[in-house]
Amino acid sequence: MLTRLTVHELGARFRSGEATPSEATRAYLDRIGALNPKVKAYLTQTADGALAEAAQADARFRSKCPLSLLDGVPVGLKDVFCTRGVETTCGSQILRGFRPPYDATVVARLRAAGAVLLGKLNMDEFAMGSSTENSAFFTTRNPWDLSRVPGGSSGGSAAAVAADLAAATLGTDTGGSIRQPAAFCGTVGLKPTYGRVSRYGLIAFASSLDQVGPFGKDVADTALVLQTIAGHDPLDATSATIPVPDYAAALSQGITGLKVGIPNEYFIEGLDPEVEAAVRGAIATLERLGAEAQSVSLPHTEYGLAAYYVIAPAEASSNLARYDGVKYGLRVPGARDVIDMYSRTRGAGFGAEVKRRVMLGTYALSAGYYDAYYGKAQKVRTLVLRDFQRAFEHVDVIVAPTTPGVAFKLGEREDPLQMYLNDVFTIPVNLAGLPGLSMPAGFTQNGLPIGLQIIGKAFDEATILKVAKAYEAATPWRERKPELEAR
Amino acid sequence: MSAEAVKRPDRQPDASTVKQPYEAVIGLEVHAQLRTRTKMFCGCSTAFGARPNTQTCPVCQGMPGTLPVINRRAVEFGIKTALAINCTVNADNRFARKHYYYPDMPKNYQISQYEEPLAEHGHLDITTADGMRRIGIQRLHLEEDVGKLVHEGTLETALSSQVDFNRAGVPLMEIVSKPDLRTSEEAAAYLKALRAILVYLDVCDGNMEEGSLRCDANISLRHAGAKEFGTKVEIKNMNSFKNVQHALDYEIKRQARALDTGERIVQETRLWDPDRAHTVSMRSKEFAHDYRYFPEPDLPPLDVAAAWIDRIRGTLPELPAARRQRFMMAYTLSPYDAEVATSSKALADYFETAAQGSRNPKTVANWVLNEVLRVVPPDDEKAIAACPITPAALQELIGLIEDGTISGRIAKDVFDKMLASGEGARVIVAREGLTQVADASELGAVVDNVLSTHAKVVEDYKAGKKAALGFLVGQVMKWTSGKASPAVVNALLLEKLPKL
Repeated sequence: MLTRLTVHELGARFRSGEATPSEATRAYLDRIGALNPKVKAYLTQTADGALAEAAQADARFRSKCPLSLLDGVPVGLKDVFCTRGVETTCGSQILRGFRPPYDATVVARLRAAGAVLLGKLNMDEFAMGSSTENSAFFTTRNPWDLSRVPGGSSGGSAAAVAADLAAATLGTDTGGSIRQPAAFCGTVGLKPTYGRVSRYGLIAFASSLDQVGPFGKDVADTALVLQTIAGHDPLDATSATIPVPDYAAALSQGITGLKVGIPNEYFIEGLDPEVEAAVRGAIATLERLGAEAQSVSLPHTEYGLAAYYVIAPAEASSNLARYDGVKYGLRVPGARDVIDMYSRTRGAGFGAEVKRRVMLGTYALSAGYYDAYYGKAQKVRTLVLRDFQRAFEHVDVIVAPTTPGVAFKLGEREDPLQMYLNDVFTIPVNLAGLPGLSMPAGFTQNGLPIGLQIIGKAFDEATILKVAKAYEAATPWRERKPELEAR
Repeated sequence: MSAEAVKRPDRQPDASTVKQPYEAVIGLEVHAQLRTRTKMFCGCSTAFGARPNTQTCPVCQGMPGTLPVINRRAVEFGIKTALAINCTVNADNRFARKHYYYPDMPKNYQISQYEEPLAEHGHLDITTADGMRRIGIQRLHLEEDVGKLVHEGTLETALSSQVDFNRAGVPLMEIVSKPDLRTSEEAAAYLKALRAILVYLDVCDGNMEEGSLRCDANISLRHAGAKEFGTKVEIKNMNSFKNVQHALDYEIKRQARALDTGERIVQETRLWDPDRAHTVSMRSKEFAHDYRYFPEPDLPPLDVAAAWIDRIRGTLPELPAARRQRFMMAYTLSPYDAEVATSSKALADYFETAAQGSRNPKTVANWVLNEVLRVVPPDDEKAIAACPITPAALQELIGLIEDGTISGRIAKDVFDKMLASGEGARVIVAREGLTQVADASELGAVVDNVLSTHAKVVEDYKAGKKAALGFLVGQVMKWTSGKASPAVVNALLLEKLPKL
């Protein structure tokens, strides 16, 4: 079954002639046709385009000149990325029908590598949420238990990889939106260092926190996709000019003598005992592989969530001001004047969570409140970063749970604050701009995946991937697949 | 420089416009469109007058997912200007978002600068009737322009409005003066001096009618000698020097009248209506926007290296003040003439080109200031560039006077003919036979003739009425259609008269 293969395995078959990109693409399209009605990962499918792209890739393999290791590989994109001529909604009614005239830089880089685009994946509206329940269109299901959420906001991207509805996908992570769904769906998901990957064409939620990253079926695939999309982009002034290392080379190195930090503040009351046990087990495995574990302290962790919920909504309130009915997307007719047009359009176009955050952010930036909220939150942000910097003077990576618990049931978390608490272990990493990866570290007795988070130094994704690869090779978790066909 | 160091004038504002007890306090905010080829944050062209929305891209249309990238050239222009008006360039400066909703603004926020502008604390010296005054410059910052709304018919009757984003994202430089100006004349002088610098630096074309240079004013009145400022009013829509002066004069009168009658001045924005010559209230500050500024997260802080500033300093051209001094020294122009001759780069360049190699630059200056300025305004670059009499043509004309080919009087007629036809002086003089007659034997006959027909006048002269000589010269000129050399005629008369 081609859809079960990793990107590397698939590429090997393309090169040997055992399979073609068209066959793989058709296999994925068939599987999407059969299972997407259950999982609901895709918002938009681009079957015709995918088959055309695959046919071109076939020709390249026939003439033995593939573009890259990703050539002909069917991938999916979170609907947050602009795709030329392909509807891009960001999970919102306000962008329904919007067809961007340009490709996001990461999309352009995937295309240049020959990847085949299967479609656009569901997400919480404007990436605000942890379950895809804030999608304006529908909720994606967790492939391990269809009554549960896949996590969010990149829930569609995580579910698609977990259910073999794409070989790899891209998501974005502002406060945990890659790592938390990766944990819930039992895939590998990596949020790179802020500035490692271009944000050009990524529809902004919170500009100083947003970062693009890959989901893969295993660590090597994740590294390969990162390799393809990383690097400076002249169109993004915040993208770093630091050279991109060879991630594949890092994977084969051992972790003997590597120092692993265990943050005291991440093993707190409220942490699911099954999650804690799995993460402690993972630490033991890493020690067995030669790493040295030691505890570290990140004392400002508890303030991270509060600072995040000032900074992210403040930036969002600004970024979302452009959706006004004038230029693109929704315009509610019948307005008396321009202010009325704004009110009607934004009133109808935005969902409840988006409105809540726009109001929060507008308030936080108001004259007289700026210093008390936005200004103070930025100071907390600096303190959180310093915590990490101090810890990284002693350790190479920090290992912690990705989330306090596992995937919850649809509709179970109605209180927004309860929902926000999901991200308590992922948010500090965004505030500090650091890279973080989530990968499976076991399953609960109910068969739900548990996520292990590996946090690295700025621009040191290579070390994270090395640790992740060593752990993956030593554990059986990636062999397990959700059984969707039976149900 | 601190506000205290600024020289405060002791005198009152123009007594004809304001009742004695008030002093006006005026500050100007000038927006200059920078003459970069591309926009502030994307690669679109900044050219004026293209079909609507043909000079746009996803970035300047504020499409989802787009990001700004700073135009280095615009920063360079900003630094250049900052140095020319004696500002300190901030090594660390930052862009900020300024929020308000308006359909001509694609993102509903403008990328501008707020707490950390490009440059601060400068000054500009202006010449007033009472001598030089130093006007403080508070800050200089960069931002992006907005688009334009196009209404079908008038705003009131239009069924719909369209937006043209060609202008959206064009680099703007905002220069804010300190409230150091005291009269409308000073405000106009400041604006003219600033405009001249921008044009000298070639960073802005200075065209107020097309809106590439815009001016808003803050104005309040206070009792003479008072330290506290009064309630200020902002005035917009003054798109010429004249309008700035008229609007301020009007506003000074309006506020004085209000204060006289004990009325409260409302802090508000008022629009100048040039057709009705008054200001009308646009919005009061009670409904003021909260712009919710915060640092632009899509742009890292702009790091201006000292070496970069030094390099730009090295490229600064000669500025109006220095050129004025040089004109006084090198061409022995009077301070007034030097001031007028340098009132625009175009005029000063015109003068210097015409004076090139001239033995008597003062004469050239007189021609430029008296004759050329009769046909072109001193600060209209386009008109000066399009003047039918080029500096070389003027040089040719003056050369004809200096070598005695034509008289100064004839030269003025030739000037007018050059203006009308665009022909060279030599061509006109040759065709119309205007060459000066300096031949003593040829003129001697005419002089003899005049002396014999005006015997009475000759008598008067001999009787001591020296003014009679002028009459006789005039008669010779008349006979020769003005072509006679006045010097030769004078000499001949003085030679012949005693002999009679």
